[in-house]
Amino acid sequence: MKIIESGNVAAANGVKLARAQVIAAYPITPQTPLTEKLSEMVESGDMKAEYIAVESEHSALSVCIGSASAGARAFTATSANGLLYMSEQVHWAAGARLPLVMCVVNRGTGAPWTIWNDHQDSMSQRDAGWIQIYVNNHQQIIDTVIKAYKLAETVSIPVMVCFDGYYLSHTYMPFDIPEQKLIDEFLPSYHFKHTLTPESPENLNTVTMPHGRNDAEGAWRDGYMDIRHSHYQEMRQALRTFQEVDSDYSRLVGRGGDPLMATYKCDDAEYIVVVMGSLSNRMKDIADELRDSGTKVGVLSLHVYRPFPDEAIREVLESARGVIVFEKSISYGAQGQVFNDIRAALYSGKKRPFIHNYIIGLGGRLIKNDDLIIAIKNSKSKGEELDNEPQWIGLNR
Amino acid sequence: MTEKKTTALNLTAEEFMHPGNRACSGCGLSLLYRVGLKALGRNTITVIPPSCLTVTQGLYPIAATQVPSLNVVFASTAAAATGVRAALKAQNKEHINVVAWAGDGGTSDIGIQALSAAVERGDDFLYICYDNEAYMNTGIQRSGTTPMGVVTTTTPIHGKKQRSKDVPAIVAAHNPSYVASCSAAYPLDFHDKIKKAIGIKGLKYIHIHCPCPSGWGMEEYLSIKVGKMAIACGLYECYEIEDGVKKLSGPSAKLLNKKKLTPVADYFKTQSRFRSMPEDLIANMQKEIDERWETYRNENA
Repeated sequence: MKIIESGNVAAANGVKLARAQVIAAYPITPQTPLTEKLSEMVESGDMKAEYIAVESEHSALSVCIGSASAGARAFTATSANGLLYMSEQVHWAAGARLPLVMCVVNRGTGAPWTIWNDHQDSMSQRDAGWIQIYVNNHQQIIDTVIKAYKLAETVSIPVMVCFDGYYLSHTYMPFDIPEQKLIDEFLPSYHFKHTLTPESPENLNTVTMPHGRNDAEGAWRDGYMDIRHSHYQEMRQALRTFQEVDSDYSRLVGRGGDPLMATYKCDDAEYIVVVMGSLSNRMKDIADELRDSGTKVGVLSLHVYRPFPDEAIREVLESARGVIVFEKSISYGAQGQVFNDIRAALYSGKKRPFIHNYIIGLGGRLIKNDDLIIAIKNSKSKGEELDNEPQWIGLNR
Repeated sequence: MTEKKTTALNLTAEEFMHPGNRACSGCGLSLLYRVGLKALGRNTITVIPPSCLTVTQGLYPIAATQVPSLNVVFASTAAAATGVRAALKAQNKEHINVVAWAGDGGTSDIGIQALSAAVERGDDFLYICYDNEAYMNTGIQRSGTTPMGVVTTTTPIHGKKQRSKDVPAIVAAHNPSYVASCSAAYPLDFHDKIKKAIGIKGLKYIHIHCPCPSGWGMEEYLSIKVGKMAIACGLYECYEIEDGVKKLSGPSAKLLNKKKLTPVADYFKTQSRFRSMPEDLIANMQKEIDERWETYRNENA
C-alpha cells in the first residue's frame, strides 16, 4: 500500500511490520513523532507490543537490553543528546550481542543547543560495535528498519538505522508499506540463543577475565579479548550477511539491490562525490548539472558505515581522478570521519585518487547547491595541491 | 506478614547458590542472597548492577547462583528489570519472578532515577536494595545512605557530614504496592517478606540493613550480632508499608512492648567507622530515637 507520510511514520510502520514486542523510548526532537506514532499504534491495538514510556534515553536502551536478554524483539529511537545520554548502554548492548534495532534521527549535538540536522550524534557512537546504516529516503527507512531486524538477529549485533532529522523525519514523501504476510515470511519470530529462562539458567554479562578461564567442567573459555575479537570478525562478516538479507527482501518485496551503498554514474566518473543520507538525492542532480557542463561527476551514497565496506568502496573509487567527501560531522582536531575511513581504504588500492574533505551543514546550516558546485569545481582545479585539511563550506566568515 | 512464619525448621533445604562464592567472610549480603533465593525459588530471573553481588555471583564462566541472572550497568537496574518483565509479558511467561537486586549506591544514588520511573509506572517486579551504607565493592566510599558521622574512604577524617537518604520513604512516596524494610540479621523475616511481595502485583520494594565487616570495621563473626544491635537500639526498623500505612514488623514490632531500648552508643562502639562521631551527635541521635519510639508506643497504645 502506497501512502504519503513523514519519515518518522515510515519508521514506525517498519517497526510495526517487524512485530517488535517491546518498545521503549523517550521523546527528543526530531525523533518525537516516531515514538508518538508507535505509542498510538500500541494504544489503539493496531500493534501488539509493550510500550514503555521511560524517564530517559539511558532507561530506554536499558529496557531494550532487559527485553532482548529475556527473548523479546525490542525497539527504541533517539536523536542527538539522547543518543549521547544512552552511550554507555549503546556499548553494552553491542558487547552483550543483542539484536536490537534503534533509529537515530540525526541531529547535531549540544552545546550550544541545536535541534537541527547533522551526523555528529551517530558518528560519535561509530566505535561502539553497532552496525550503522544511513538511509536516503522514506522508502529506505521503512525497508531498512525491517531488514535491520533480520540482520541483527542473524549476526547477533544491534543495528542503528540513521536518518536525517527534518530532511527525512519531518518531510512527507510517498512510500510503499509492504504487506504484513510478506514481512512475516521474511522475518519470522526469532528465538534467541542465549536468553534468561529458568529452564536453562545463564548468568549473562558476568565479569570476564583478561585471559580466559576454565569452566566448572574444566573446558577452557574465552577471555574478554577473545570475545571482542569474535565481535570484530562477525561484524566484518555482517557485510555479506546484509547483502544476503537484502536479496531475500528484494525477492519477496521487490525492492532493494544497493544494500551497502548506492552509486550514481560512477562507472565513467572522473570525480566521485561521497555523501551519506538525504543529501545524496540532491547530489545526483548536481552531478547531472556538472556533467552537462562537461565534468564527469558520479555520486557514491554510503549506506552501511559500520562495518565499513572498504573493498566495495575501493572498487568504485579507485578508477576516479578525485574523490570528494562531503560530511555533516567531524572528528575535532582531525578530519571528517568518513573522509578518513575512505582515505584509509584507498591507501591499499592499486591507484590512489586525490581525496578532499568538505564539512557542511553542521547544526542544520543551509547547504546551498552553489556551494557544493563551487567545492567540486575547486577540487577539480586544485587536484593534488589541496591538502587534507577539511574545508568548511557555507561559513559566515 | 504471611500467617505462618518461616523458621529454621521449615525453611527449604534446597539451595540456589553454590558454596564457595567470592563474598568476603561474614558478608551480610551473602546470607541474604542465599535465603532470598530460597524464598524466590527457581522460577526467578535476577537483574544485578555492579555491586558486591556482581562479585558474589562469580567470574565468567562460573556462576555462584543457579537462577538466570542479567548483569546490567549501574544506573539501569530498574529499567532493565522493566524490560525483562515486558519481554516475559510479550511471551506469555508472566509466572516468572523478576527481581532487581542492587546495593545502596546503585539504588539511592546512580539508580534512583530509573527506580523512581519504574515505581511511578507500577512495573511488576520486586526491587531489593541491600544497604551496607557505602560503596563497599569499590572500597568503602560514602553513598547517599551512609549515615552521618561515618568514616569512609571519601569521608576519611571527620566522617560524613550529611544525613542518610531515607530510600524506602522516597519509594513509598510513589505509592507502590508494597514497601518493606528488613535486617540481614533477621533473614527469615526477609524471607517471608519476599514471599509476601511476590504474591503482589506491581512494584514491590524491600530495603535491607546489611552489615559489612570489611566496610564497617568489625570482626567477621559479629555481622549478625551487630545487625541485631542496630534493630534493638531502635536506630533501624523493620516495617512494612501497605496502602500508605507504615507498620513495624518482625523484630521491631516486638520492641513496642519495651519501655526502654538499648543505647545507640553501644551499637556505635562495635564498629570502627563510627570512631569520629562526636559525643553531641551521639546524644542527639539517642534523643531522636527516643522520641521516635515514644511516638510509635503512643500510636500503638
